Amino acid sequence: MSMQLRGAMRALHSARRDDDIVITTMGAAREWMMLGPRDTDLVFVPSSMGQATSVALGLALAQPQRRVIVVNGDGSMLMNLGSLVSITAAAPADLVVILADNGVYEVTGSQPTPGAAAGRVSGTSVDFAAMAKACGFQSVYQFATSAEWTRAIKGVLSETGPTFVALDVVSVPGTPGPRSPGPAAARAKAFMASIRGT
Amino acid sequence: MTASRTDHLGNFAGAEIESLLASLGVTHVVSVPDSTIGEWYGAIERSERVELVRVCREGEAWGVAAGLYLGGATPLVLIQCTGLFESGDALRNALHDWKLPLFAIIGYRSYLNQETLPGDTCLVFTEPILDAWRVGYRFITAPSQLDEMRAHLTKCRDAGEPGVVLIAEGKA
Repeated sequence: MSMQLRGAMRALHSARRDDDIVITTMGAAREWMMLGPRDTDLVFVPSSMGQATSVALGLALAQPQRRVIVVNGDGSMLMNLGSLVSITAAAPADLVVILADNGVYEVTGSQPTPGAAAGRVSGTSVDFAAMAKACGFQSVYQFATSAEWTRAIKGVLSETGPTFVALDVVSVPGTPGPRSPGPAAARAKAFMASIRGT
Repeated sequence: MTASRTDHLGNFAGAEIESLLASLGVTHVVSVPDSTIGEWYGAIERSERVELVRVCREGEAWGVAAGLYLGGATPLVLIQCTGLFESGDALRNALHDWKLPLFAIIGYRSYLNQETLPGDTCLVFTEPILDAWRVGYRFITAPSQLDEMRAHLTKCRDAGEPGVVLIAEGKA
């Protein structure tokens, strides 16, 4: 069982608070842009490899009064697994890491990641939720269907963090990567003005 | 470059570094230690003005610093040059895509003493890598240059530009 990324993101779009900071990258950024980000959101495109969770940690430390939600892909997560440890070392209580796990590098042609069953000699996928728990995340969840995720999301986002949520999502081969919504430097300035002004 | 340079020149006292950073308004030091930088941690940890953020690898440091800056803080990345080599993509994204004026202090391994690592290739690549990433930096080889560090970082802060200081280190 797994869910469509678009549906998962729609549920988040409905459940997020107005003053939340939502950071998205790769496929999640593409979907978030279609749903309509708020001024307090950061579409992390162009990105650097695996750095969305690190940017989220920095934002959570600088803005402890806000909830920071980052939606990452499994390929990106694998590029920066250490960030899970750095996050729990700093332990920001209002940081939520949502992992959209489709098992592939979707935007490069859906090659299996080394964490996916199809990319491993053993044929078993790595367990990101167990990994997050072992790293010391305060609250850890895994959802396989859109119905479960949609039902639970408000409670999950309200947990004491740092919180980790693994979503099993289906890959959609041929899906394009996200296109930058505009010059990054100008968007950085607008984002900063927005979170300072609200 | 010889292996006989003294190895004490790069060793600022932690209190000096903490005081410098606090005077510049730095709120967070995002770091992976080496044997020189690590000696400053005690003073930074005791500081009530500057917070130490430990990360697992240096690429992360630029990402965390980017988030801190976007959130209104004033971070500084504190890493060794080997970490600079590994963190190129993160640095490129933060400094050149998003044009964030981040500060960094980068330790220059083996510059003052190569006894531990004769022929250390850090001496070959550190400065060309900084040039390749188009990072303007001030090279500091002696503790007496503390005021030069302050002046450089102040100038960069006032200009809204990234500010990088390269500090010569002794034995690896």
